[in-house]
Order: sequence, then structure tokens, then C-alpha cells
Amino acid sequence: MSGHISPKSTYYAIFGALMVLTGVTVAVAFVNLGTFNFPVALAIAITKATLVILFFMHVKYSSRLTKLFVGMAFFFLFVLFGLTMTDYLSRGLHTYPGGAAGAGYGVRTPAPAHEAGSEGGADREGEAAAPAH
Amino acid sequence: MSDAAAAHADPHEHPPSHGGGAGAHHPAQQHHFDSLAQQHEAATLGMWLFLVTEVMFFGGLLMAYLLYRVWYPEAWSEGSLDLDIVLGGTNTAVLIASSLTMAFAVRSAQVGKHRATIVWLILTMAFGLTFLVIKFFEYKHKFELHHVPGYDFVYPGPHGRQVEIFFSLYFSLTGLHAVHMIIGVALLSVMTWMAYRRRFSPEWYTPIEMSGLYWHFVDIVWIFLFPLLYLVDRAQHFG
Repeated sequence: MSGHISPKSTYYAIFGALMVLTGVTVAVAFVNLGTFNFPVALAIAITKATLVILFFMHVKYSSRLTKLFVGMAFFFLFVLFGLTMTDYLSRGLHTYPGGAAGAGYGVRTPAPAHEAGSEGGADREGEAAAPAH
Repeated sequence: MSDAAAAHADPHEHPPSHGGGAGAHHPAQQHHFDSLAQQHEAATLGMWLFLVTEVMFFGGLLMAYLLYRVWYPEAWSEGSLDLDIVLGGTNTAVLIASSLTMAFAVRSAQVGKHRATIVWLILTMAFGLTFLVIKFFEYKHKFELHHVPGYDFVYPGPHGRQVEIFFSLYFSLTGLHAVHMIIGVALLSVMTWMAYRRRFSPEWYTPIEMSGLYWHFVDIVWIFLFPLLYLVDRAQHFG
């Protein structure tokens, strides 16, 4: 049949790379890189996923149509994240008092006065940061 | 139109140009395919289309994760510190090992080694079950700490309610993933039975290969869940 048979050494190499990358991502988790922790971890995860898809799932040796389908999955995932985040992150950008900087992530509102000091005050304090729509 | 209908009137008729030799074909080949290669390509494409829908299935929950993470970074940091990095890391290694054994199971089927196929499949299921057992103890610990969202949820500190959202997403994402693992193990047990009955050959091993695609996909989901839930917001507490 048309299936590609990879040598065992390829699978061992990919397995080794995946294990090393797992170690790296765990190690990086204990280093405070500020906002860069997220992109670094995500880049490592994407690299690992790519290795699995290309070699364990044989996409490297698949037809172009199959490759297109695989790309489609991530394209639509990107559309889902991208369009949703551009909406949420830009809310209040032009309407919130103080403009974009004051808006922060666009949806925070100050705590209503009557809630302060009520039962479970500490909890409520946090809840006040909840988005109001 | 009528020509096409006439050409397919006899289901056993295969044009020599398509059939691959004197009208004889592999017993696994369905009549609506020209060749085993074409059938294999269709199966691969169909499986990947299903996996695309699976990506979007998890994508909805990941979208919720992403948005709440942006809204409540402190809660995400506190919540991820409460997850056990040793158990999570062990489970990552276990799943990657299971992907390796799954790849070997498919390879053994490709080269026609029946016994090796069965052994690799059983190893893969063993790794999968190990993952589920470790996950069970993680969940059990969360129940004991009252960290399961709902009426019983208790979390001290100013971000308790937001940490509850974090744990809601933790349980939905890992729970959905665990359901996929259980389905995967069930699928592989069927494959083991088929391998035992010598249903696979170097000419035809499509079911085991498609099960492999599913298994690797579930592995990929965990490759993303582990850093997102256990790792990325941990470092905010250092330095």
C-alpha cells in the first residue's frame, strides 16, 4: 500500500526530542520571564505538536490535500481566538473614561460602594473586577 | 449520465486501468474505491476532517481559558500553583511514551508483525491507563481540598471566585481530555482484538492507523493542556 514506513530510529529521535522539550518547558516554568512565560511555553508546545503531527501522524509523508486539512484545523482555531480576542480586548477602548489606558482590558468596572464591607468582603472585592456587559 | 450508471451496474466490474490487476482485489477493498491506495487516502482524509472538528471542540474551551486568563491573571497564577507539577509532568511523559508505542504498533502492522503489533498496542493501553490512574488521584486530591467548583468550593484569599473559574476550566478541559483517553483505550482494545484475529496485513492496516491518529491527537491536546494549566502562570510567584 502507499503508506510510508518510517525507520524505528526516527520514532526514537522524535520521542527523545519531545521528552527534552517537556523538560525545558517545565524548567522555564520556574523562571520568571514576566509576560514571556506564556509565549515561550506556547512556542515549545507548538514545536512538540508539530513533531507529533509530522512524524508520528505521518503528515510529512501524506498527500497535499491531507496537509491542507491539517493546516485548516489550526487556521480556524486562529480565527476563533483572533476574532474573539480583538472584540473583547478592544471593548471600551474608545468609550471608557480615560481612554485605552484606563480601559486596561476594556471591561473592568469599579466596585459598587454598597458592596464594600458586606459579608465576604474580600471575595466581593475580587468579584467587582468582573466584566459588566 | 446513463453511461456512468451503466458502467456501475455490475458492482464487480473493475476497469483494468483502475483495479490493479485482472479484476482481483484485496478483500478489505470496498467496491466504490478504485484501489486500496485510494481507499486509504479517503480514510486518512476523513479521519483528519474529524480531527479538525475535534480541534474546534477543544478550541471553544481553550478560547474561554484564554479570555478569563486575560481578565483574571492573579487567579490563574494562584490556581496553577495548586496543581501538582510532578503528577502533571509524569503524565506528560507517560502520554509521550504512549505515542511512541502507538507509532510502533502502527509500524508493526505496516510490516506485518502480528505479535509485535499486539504487544505495542497493549503497552499503549497500559500507558493510557497509567495516565488515567494518575489523573484520578489528582482529581481525588482536588475533591479533598474542596477545589471542585460548585456549592462545596472553598478557596481562601481575595480571588476565590475567579480561582473557581480557573478550576471550572481545569476540570472541563482535563475531563474532556480524559473522556477522549477512555475512548482511545476502548478503540485500541478493539484494535488488539482485530490484530489477534490477524485482520491486518501490510496491504491493509487502515483501522489501526486511524486509531493511531486519534491517539496522537489526544496526546497533542495534553501537550497544550499541561503548560497552559500547570506551568505558564506559575513563575509569577518567583522573583
